[in-house]
Amino acid sequence: MSDSQGKDLATVEHGEAPLYPLPPHRPRTTDTDPRAARRAQRQVATQFALSAVLTVGFFVAYWVVPVDQTVELGPFGVWSLSNLLLGLTLGGAILLIGTGAIHWAKKLMSDEEIVDERHPLGSPEEDRAAAKEMFDTGLAESGFAERKIVRRSLIGALLLFPLPFIAFLRDMGPMPGTSLRNTIWKKGTRIVVDVSGQPLRPEDLQVGTLVSASPEGLDEIQEEEGTQNARAKASIILVRMSPDEIRSDQSPEGETWAYEGILAYSKICTHVGCPIALYQRRTHHLLCPCHQSTFDLADSGNVVFGPAARRMPQLPITVDDEGYLVAQSDFTQPVGPSFWERG
Amino acid sequence: MTSTSLRRHKATGTLVVLGALLATGVGYAAVTSVAEASAPATAASATLVEEGRQLYLEGCATCHGLGAQGINDGSSYGPSLIGVGAAAVDFQVATGRMPLAAPANQAPRKPPVYTPEQIEALAAYVASLGPGPAIPTEDQYDSSDADLAEGGELFRTNCAQCHNAAGKGGALSEGRYAPTLMNATPKEIYEAMLTGPQNMPNFPDSTMPEEQKQAIIAFVEHLQSGDSPGGFALGSLGPVTEGVFIWTAGLGLLLAAAVWIGAKVR
Repeated sequence: MSDSQGKDLATVEHGEAPLYPLPPHRPRTTDTDPRAARRAQRQVATQFALSAVLTVGFFVAYWVVPVDQTVELGPFGVWSLSNLLLGLTLGGAILLIGTGAIHWAKKLMSDEEIVDERHPLGSPEEDRAAAKEMFDTGLAESGFAERKIVRRSLIGALLLFPLPFIAFLRDMGPMPGTSLRNTIWKKGTRIVVDVSGQPLRPEDLQVGTLVSASPEGLDEIQEEEGTQNARAKASIILVRMSPDEIRSDQSPEGETWAYEGILAYSKICTHVGCPIALYQRRTHHLLCPCHQSTFDLADSGNVVFGPAARRMPQLPITVDDEGYLVAQSDFTQPVGPSFWERG
Repeated sequence: MTSTSLRRHKATGTLVVLGALLATGVGYAAVTSVAEASAPATAASATLVEEGRQLYLEGCATCHGLGAQGINDGSSYGPSLIGVGAAAVDFQVATGRMPLAAPANQAPRKPPVYTPEQIEALAAYVASLGPGPAIPTEDQYDSSDADLAEGGELFRTNCAQCHNAAGKGGALSEGRYAPTLMNATPKEIYEAMLTGPQNMPNFPDSTMPEEQKQAIIAFVEHLQSGDSPGGFALGSLGPVTEGVFIWTAGLGLLLAAAVWIGAKVR
């Protein structure tokens, strides 16, 4: 104890007496009364046995209860009986194993307190000296210091060895190329209603109408590629407002991207890419439910609130010879969330 | 009898006149029935329109203007009702959303102020102002033959973004909200899709045909039935109620278990 000055007070040198002795041990009733011990033993065994019964019950519920059978549970509504029983039996089985084990540990396992005193982390001085001597001997006997050519060639080999693993990173590609900037919209692609696939004429939309739409032929492309990437990028919403309500849109000088008050905007939020169609027809605001970004579709799709940093990309539209709404071109800017190269 | 004697029969003249009258009447009726069916005011409902006009002037004109042309002068705002149709009036007034108690961003559902007869009169008056969607018939919103699965897909594409995937409603901006659909009747759902009340966009038959509307109604009715096969739905409000539940009940249970495990045994 004399050298404990200036050290962590809780640290005790090897072989010293503990700083804080344990309180006296108090035996439990299960230690003193054999009947109490037998009772505790029964309680533990009962919990384990109940767990086993519930596991068997799980299989009974699994094979016997039809999956579409429902049960009325008062204020909790109508539940699937199968789900309810599977959950209760399986959950109860694992819970009873846990509570049984804790009960066993608390009542029956030895409760002798043992303290493992904290000792200094460093090894004793002589151990350290021995280790250093061993290292020095190894250095001298291997000739690592003298044989420069061996040492340098080894270091060179070790430096080169990780490079193949960096090469493996390439297989995470290929790089997306221009695919982040393009969608399948192109000049003359017809706009169809999402789900039903019905092509649209301008007169199908009234003032205040909202249509979730996609490019014609999307289903074939989706089937061919086996992914929903095309849909994820090309989904749009169409809204119609009275032309005098449109304060501005994204069409450059001399071009018209809207058609008689019908505007087409990407459905993918420019913040982190949630699909959005919460359109308030009186304010012309489009809200994103994920982070509350708000875009003003009557004013170029500009951001009026929220974390989105860029306006909602507009799709230039017009009508074809047969009077159906079509795209004038692809989007002129990448849709969806930002990425580094986008700038 | 010969043809000569028939022509000279006493009753012939009367019969000819009667026949001609009948033919003219039937022909006229056939020609005009199409026009009359869509005309805003027939002779029979002229009194209804007048009754509706009186109700309108008493209860609605303050905000919507004496001629229902709408008011937007900065201090008060009421949209024009010309061309909104009878369906819009029936929806707004029968669900108690109109008349508004006070100008606000959102007109809440409340017990209707007008009787069904008065609503019919108001609807007839507003319908007489300009062509608009009529009140749907029972056939139109009958969902008994509808495709529930298609309704679910259409609901998730067109409705769930605002009304929540379980139809429980959701928040919009500045105090506006999409109401819960749990107490909406098939007729109200149909009218809402047709007319787009308040900030809801409209979904006319040209972009969402009648049978798709019926499918959506069938799906909403399915949601209203309250089946929750996955267990306790916690109001289907998403992370709010689920978070509250797990942070109180879930963590509470874990704490109780930790206290039990750590407690000293006598």
